[in-house]
Amino acid sequence: MQRFIAIRFLQSLLALWVMSIIVFGLARLSGNPLEVMLPIEATKEDYARLEKYWGLDRPLHEQYFVFIKKALHGDFGDSLKYQGRSAMELVTERLPATLELAGFALLVSIVVALPIGVLAAAAKDGKWDTGAKIVALLGQSLPSFWLGIMLMWIFAVMLDWLPSSGRSGWKNLILPGITLGWFQVAVIMRLVRSSMLEVMDSEFVKLARVKGISESKVIWKHCLRNAGIAPLTYFAIIAGGLLTGSVVTETVFTWPGVGLLVVDAVRSRDFQVVQAVVILFAGIFILCNLLVDIMYAYLDPRIRYQ
Amino acid sequence: MARQIGEVILEVEDLHTYCFTRFGTVKAVDGVSFNLRQGEALAIVGESGSGKTMTALSLLQLQPRPAARIVKGSIRLEGEDLLQKTEEQMREIRGKRISMILQDPQTSLNPVFTVGNQLIEAIRNHHAGETGRSLVRRAIEGLKQVRVAAPERRVEDYPHQISGGMKQRVVGAIAISCEPKVIIADEPTTSLDVTIQAQYLRLLREIQEETNLALIFITHDFGIVAKMCDRVVVMYAGRHVESGPVRDIFNHPSHPYTQALLRSVPSMDEDVKRLYSIEGQPPALWDLPSGCRFAARCEYAQERCSSEYPPSFTVGLNGSTHSASCWRLREST
Repeated sequence: MQRFIAIRFLQSLLALWVMSIIVFGLARLSGNPLEVMLPIEATKEDYARLEKYWGLDRPLHEQYFVFIKKALHGDFGDSLKYQGRSAMELVTERLPATLELAGFALLVSIVVALPIGVLAAAAKDGKWDTGAKIVALLGQSLPSFWLGIMLMWIFAVMLDWLPSSGRSGWKNLILPGITLGWFQVAVIMRLVRSSMLEVMDSEFVKLARVKGISESKVIWKHCLRNAGIAPLTYFAIIAGGLLTGSVVTETVFTWPGVGLLVVDAVRSRDFQVVQAVVILFAGIFILCNLLVDIMYAYLDPRIRYQ
Repeated sequence: MARQIGEVILEVEDLHTYCFTRFGTVKAVDGVSFNLRQGEALAIVGESGSGKTMTALSLLQLQPRPAARIVKGSIRLEGEDLLQKTEEQMREIRGKRISMILQDPQTSLNPVFTVGNQLIEAIRNHHAGETGRSLVRRAIEGLKQVRVAAPERRVEDYPHQISGGMKQRVVGAIAISCEPKVIIADEPTTSLDVTIQAQYLRLLREIQEETNLALIFITHDFGIVAKMCDRVVVMYAGRHVESGPVRDIFNHPSHPYTQALLRSVPSMDEDVKRLYSIEGQPPALWDLPSGCRFAARCEYAQERCSSEYPPSFTVGLNGSTHSASCWRLREST
């Protein structure tokens, strides 16, 4: 088990390193930032001076070397747009808000989707199953900007139960969290339902029933643990998706997260900020995958003993 | 201890289990009756799809629900009508009084729990109040009973760490762990290789001798029937067509289907180029003929066979337990 974790950890570091090269390369492929920063009447000399100042005149591999060396110390350089502020500072300032929102959305989606998915599978074509199908349909077809505005209209404007925007307490988290998690509820629920149905057909479930075990134990113990693998794989993906895909929700609820910062940084070719954000997100993404892999091994002994 | 055949403990009468599907009603079990005595080994024989497994699952009321339902008949275990029991009461019977060994040992054990864990689950379910250590001891004893080597270590193993034959032994240990009165073995050896198969059959036989339990053996292998069983029920298209002591069935098969089945068993003494096979296909279970179901494939079929279902006729002398459902027998009696 320790060996398994150690190997997966080293693989994660390797993935992170490859990621840094890709990010570095892509940021440079997106165009020359000076074109955006300098006024249209700037001369060739202006360009040359600034290139030298930012180190953009040096060969790429040298630039990368400097970049990675600093990055290891948490320094991604200063923002090109917000003069005098470091990229890391801009990102870390907003990261807690995004993590909070994504974490809450993930929690909502699991807490809602898992039991509904299990119950839907346990009584196929029953009440829960029909309800689950409706939730799934709505979840996957309602765009989050519309859902966000609707929730805001009902719960903030009409009923005045919850605040509509900002980030001043736990109440602020509810509406954006649901908006963000709703789509995932649909996907996770369908995954749980279909893998449960598959597992419930297996011989060992029949044997569990032959043993005279209660139906709830058959479902929640014998089936769920086996059916957990497929949805678990997806958790790693949505964890990343929730972090990076919250731009729309953040906009609707004026949530001060990283999503908006990234869009802005990409638009103004703010290399340093883009790199900081992408590397950080990649890191979180890889960490989620590592956690999921460890959970696999916990769930399924066949993985543990390979 | 030698096996003693005692009282009738399980009586199945005119059992009907139908599957209600979108495409119609599939009459998976359509009139099956048999008795089982303590200490006896009864074979249920028939080709795939003849309703053997569905009969077995119906005894435990584990037919695939909600599609399949027992629509008619009675199942009495030691005089109690099982069809009157609630789901809760049935749970008390499963494993404890009637147990089952499933077809495929490779997939019968849950891959994410240890062997010991799965054994203990069965034991604990029927030995309320016992604590951890004594349960583990019982699990180890259970494995010993099915001749698993080093059972102390095996209880910690996961199913993927043990061989197919060993898995089937574990499944056997689970089945006998609560000392049931009846064990249904549903083709328990089909997926094992021949050597392991022989070992496993011997083991089942030994366990039966030790515990004097009644065994229902579902199979399509007449070799196993001859070796293992006292009586045979032959099923065709959801219905029993012939039943009787093994010796009688082998010596005087009376239903044309049984005769054909026995003729398709390859013999060691003869040199045959081509194995015998029964012409045609069994009827569709959602569209059964009103007469004898075998009529379309039967070489002796008469007019009456396709219009009226034959009742069960006693074969041989009065008092014989050998009977078959075929119109030809009426003519001979």
